[in-house]
Amino acid sequence: MSAPAFGMHLADVVPFNLPSIDYRLIAPILILMGAGLLSVLVEAFIPRRGRRPVQLIVVFVALLAAFAMVLAAAGSRAVTAEGSIAIDGPGLLLQGTLLLVALLAAMLMAERMVDPSGDAFAPRASTLPGSEDERQFTQRGYLQTEIWPLFCFSVSGMLLFVVSNDLLIMFVALEIMSLPLYLLAGMARRRRLLSQEAAMKYFLLGALSSAFFLYGSALLYGFSGSIDLPVIADQITAKPSQSWLLMIGAAFVLIGLLFKVGAVPFHQWVPDVYQGSPTPVTGFMAATVKIAAFGALLRVLYVALGGLQWDWAPMLWIIAILTMVVGSVIAITQTDIKRMLAYSSIAQAGFILVGVVAATREGLASALFYLIAYAFTTIGAFAVIAMARDSSGEATHLSRWAGLGRKSPIVATAFTIFMLALAGIPLTSGFIAKFSVFTAAIAAGDTWLVIVAVLASLVAAFFYLRVVVLMFFAEPGPETATVAVPSVFTTVALAAGATVTVVLGVVPQPVLEMVANADVFIR
Amino acid sequence: MNVYTPILVLGILAFGFALFSVTLAGFTGPKRYNRAKLAAYECGIEPTPQPVGGGRFAIKYYLTAMLFIVFDIEIVFLYPWAVAFDQLALFGLIEMVLFIIAVLVVYAYVWRRRGLEWD
Amino acid sequence: MEQIMPATGAFSLIWVLIALPLAGAAVLLLGGRMTNKWGPYLGVLTVVGSAALGVVMLLQMMGLPAEDRSIQQVAYRWVFADGLSVDMAFRLDQLSMVFVLLITIVGSLIHVYSLGYMEHDPDRRKFFGYLNLFVAAMLLLVLANNYLLLYVGWEGVGLASYLLIGFWQVKPSAAAAAKKAFIINRVGDVGLGLAIMVMFVTFGSVTFADVFGQASAASEGTLTAIGLLLLLAACGKSAQFPLQAWLLDAMEGPTPVSALIHAATMVTAGVYLIVRSNAIFDRAVWAATAVVVVGLITVFMGAIIGSAKDDIKKSLAGSTMSQIGYMITAAGLGPIGYVFAIFHLLTHGVFKAGLFLGAGSVMHGMNDGVNMRRYGALRKVMVITTITFFIGYLAIIGIPPFAGFWSKDEIIHAAFEKGPVIGALLILGAGITGFYMSRMVAMTFFGKARWEDDVHPHESKAVMTIPLIILAIGSTVLGMALLFWGHIEEWLEPVTGIATAPSPLSTAATIGISLAFVIVGASIGWIMYLRREVPITAPRGSLLTRAARRDLYGDDVNEVLVVRPSYWLSRVLVWFDRAWVDGFVNGIAAFVGGFSGRLRRYQSGFARSYALSMVGGAVLVVLALLLVRLS
Repeated sequence: MSAPAFGMHLADVVPFNLPSIDYRLIAPILILMGAGLLSVLVEAFIPRRGRRPVQLIVVFVALLAAFAMVLAAAGSRAVTAEGSIAIDGPGLLLQGTLLLVALLAAMLMAERMVDPSGDAFAPRASTLPGSEDERQFTQRGYLQTEIWPLFCFSVSGMLLFVVSNDLLIMFVALEIMSLPLYLLAGMARRRRLLSQEAAMKYFLLGALSSAFFLYGSALLYGFSGSIDLPVIADQITAKPSQSWLLMIGAAFVLIGLLFKVGAVPFHQWVPDVYQGSPTPVTGFMAATVKIAAFGALLRVLYVALGGLQWDWAPMLWIIAILTMVVGSVIAITQTDIKRMLAYSSIAQAGFILVGVVAATREGLASALFYLIAYAFTTIGAFAVIAMARDSSGEATHLSRWAGLGRKSPIVATAFTIFMLALAGIPLTSGFIAKFSVFTAAIAAGDTWLVIVAVLASLVAAFFYLRVVVLMFFAEPGPETATVAVPSVFTTVALAAGATVTVVLGVVPQPVLEMVANADVFIR
Repeated sequence: MNVYTPILVLGILAFGFALFSVTLAGFTGPKRYNRAKLAAYECGIEPTPQPVGGGRFAIKYYLTAMLFIVFDIEIVFLYPWAVAFDQLALFGLIEMVLFIIAVLVVYAYVWRRRGLEWD
Repeated sequence: MEQIMPATGAFSLIWVLIALPLAGAAVLLLGGRMTNKWGPYLGVLTVVGSAALGVVMLLQMMGLPAEDRSIQQVAYRWVFADGLSVDMAFRLDQLSMVFVLLITIVGSLIHVYSLGYMEHDPDRRKFFGYLNLFVAAMLLLVLANNYLLLYVGWEGVGLASYLLIGFWQVKPSAAAAAKKAFIINRVGDVGLGLAIMVMFVTFGSVTFADVFGQASAASEGTLTAIGLLLLLAACGKSAQFPLQAWLLDAMEGPTPVSALIHAATMVTAGVYLIVRSNAIFDRAVWAATAVVVVGLITVFMGAIIGSAKDDIKKSLAGSTMSQIGYMITAAGLGPIGYVFAIFHLLTHGVFKAGLFLGAGSVMHGMNDGVNMRRYGALRKVMVITTITFFIGYLAIIGIPPFAGFWSKDEIIHAAFEKGPVIGALLILGAGITGFYMSRMVAMTFFGKARWEDDVHPHESKAVMTIPLIILAIGSTVLGMALLFWGHIEEWLEPVTGIATAPSPLSTAATIGISLAFVIVGASIGWIMYLRREVPITAPRGSLLTRAARRDLYGDDVNEVLVVRPSYWLSRVLVWFDRAWVDGFVNGIAAFVGGFSGRLRRYQSGFARSYALSMVGGAVLVVLALLLVRLS
């Protein structure tokens, strides 16, 4: 075809067909984006005093409405928006989980009873830490309500991330998800320098990983001539000889995603960011980003790179082993509970990777179950961390947790449930999750990987149980943190987390059926 | 590959010219340094006032610059829409209205939160 | 092939056996302070209720023909995913029946005893809650019809035991002991977990019926692997070598706990596991041999530790290890041994519970002192305790007609049929048992009083002595009852299979030799500790005694082999994770800039070094992918 002459009408060259968009199926994403915009307007036009209640109504209504739309779409399998969005079983399942977990996270963020001077966020993030301005804003009892638009946008990005069917939409979703999180990470009310440092690191390294992802996408485009995941898959089967572009492209895309799940060696941001961020945000991030990023990773691996399985499986083997071992082992020597849970989340990512590597239907189903189980447990655990306080804020050093079980048995029991679940003790969700992931991997022939995984979970059990021991088998001293009495928000989130954790351990059947029926990704 | 050859040649030429000019200027030009010449923007006038601690610019500069970029980029999206307005028809109109609303929301926010006022 | 019958009649209430104590635990633990008053009684009642139900079931089961005695009840479908289906289902057969009775009846007695023993403890409501939780978990363990559910009970008893060992958390030693017990048990649990997964992959199912039904189809290598993994699990739970170190420390828990969990029931779960999995061990010769070796080593380790400890509970704990060693050895002997492993387990459960409760009664009178060097002459003030303890003593060392004689003798007999060396070693072990038990009785109840000044020993109350009396009666008659009236061999035969072979030594000769060894051992004990006065401070002792006092260096071995390396690994990884990358960056900077002082700034947390390591990781990922492709 000859190049179009200048002045020629564009439409003569490219006939324009109206894109077919199934608005019903992408409604959850649209609702959250709309809520984000509405939320920005609320910030603009509602007087300061009225903002918080209005924002909360907007956010909760949007989350529930979006969840209703996900329920309404249940069972759909369709590719829409010109092939750039794929609504299928796993995608909807992850979207539903994301919305529920986000709901709990929103409750934690809305809590303002545990900190006597307000909520977990700086009254005005732009003031210099320790400055006169900061003191004044705090004194006047200002509350940061701009977290809510950021929250909505981030959730909408996650919802899009798990159903995006081409690399460009995936990249856009990645950024919509991440940029608000970078900001949220820097907004802690206490220990603000630590928080800002975390935000900065998260942003810089996140940008680097995004660059990897984008570069990888470009290389894959260079290889296949398309950004559509199914087309890339077709091209891989069609021309197996073109390996360099494909290999480096695939590697870079995977690196971008592995960064988000916190896999070794792309994990170093995790402890710093988890520790520095406001605890509700850490909980939000730890639970939802993990789901979203694994959703996207699974889709890329199973849909686009399915034909390359023999190439990426050994690489993921190594990464899974490194992730499990490094996460579990380093967590042993941590003395800060948030850092410990950060390394724990790295280790958990490794366990999920074990299911991912299996690359079978069971592997997918077990990874999905693991994500659901992990998300609810994590959000609950961070709810407890937000409540254990002293006069200067949260008491995150492990020594401050000694004897907590004596002072506040109910909260400590809830935390024990979460720790047991993360350690994989039976009758908690974590056990069923680990068991199904490991059996899926063994069935796929990855026996040695599972042996490493079981050993790593043994090591991991040690540091989870150490907290339990500390809480229940040590005498409370003057150093012991006090558990603040929360409002109904945190109480509900905590109770929901604990309930799901136990129910998924005792009667996991319905959810197991759900993940099994979620089927494979649509192509 | 041959389609891109002219572009490559153009690139090499441009790079070569830039390199040539800069190098040549270094050899041939007169070198008389003074305070004013070393100052920022080299316009002969003392920049006022020097930031405290030497080097921090007020965040407002960046805010304004980013606002400029946001609204500038908006035009880039409007342009092709204008060219293919007929074909895009109602669908295009709705999409663009949505897009402009989104930008307007941000605009409203900046305006209401006094982002457009310098002090 | 055995057939599995649906649950009818009393059997439809199998789930109630577990639900009763579980409900008790829930009420006690969640009920808060308002249950303080009546809670403990509720705890006792639930276990007694389960025991009564168990007896009813036994009667119904005895009315059935032998091949119909395996009853199954499905509560609900627990886990069902692609290719994996596990039910919350129970299986009550001859083997689980005897365990149910052991757990509930001994459990009831110990609950009653605890009413007296824990009378003044402010947290006794919690104590009974945990105890109920334990009974529920233990019943789940023995009633599960598949390995996964068994694993749930397995972890559950571990958790309950952990909570109870650390019950007196005020003592740091108790908290440390609890932690140690749990950690070491986790090692064993890994074995069980892996075994279950291998089973699932090999047989496509984890129910007992499927696994045993298809065991003959699997390769011997697979079966050996499963068997060794199960053995690892059994070692953890039953405190067998090399995972024995936790049991001695577990004595930090209240004495009724030591009696119930760390003598009569939980620690025998390993024996149950091996006997239950007999279809696997029968086909895996090497695994069975490993079982025998582990059992024999532990027989002697436990006996030696029991001989050296001055702490009455720890000495009994050593004895427990040793006796479980007998059971494990018997279980490794194959079909001729399974029945006797269980037989010994039952008699041991009764007489060892009696001994522990007796020790508790002594401690109760001695202001909780445990040092036998400060006991002596207690027979004069604690008549009932002395008599019941003495009966337990006769039972454990194996004097006819007491319970332990019959069961131990059968094991030794079976061992001779398998190999004379095993039999000879077991007889030697019996001799040492005679020695350390005699030492204990002599130091505690006989000789001169070596009491501390403010101690005024007295007999315990009836609520404590009545269980002692009942257990003493059990220690006397249970062996004969099970053997001659209950026909335990025939009873268990459908589950374990049986094989009889002619013995190289006649039964009478075996009995004679082992009795001779026991009497010699016992006499040495009596002579050593009665003829001379027992010094209040322990003499330095021989090398072996000193080693035994330190649990034969079990802790030190763990420390050197496991604990320290893992901490070092963690440190190294932290260092690598944080410092190495920075060091690399700073190293370049120092090299380039010539500022050697900057080398000192090995500080963590620089975003740039994280970025560098990310890039490094990226290079590795690309290389890994390309290498795979090019290779």
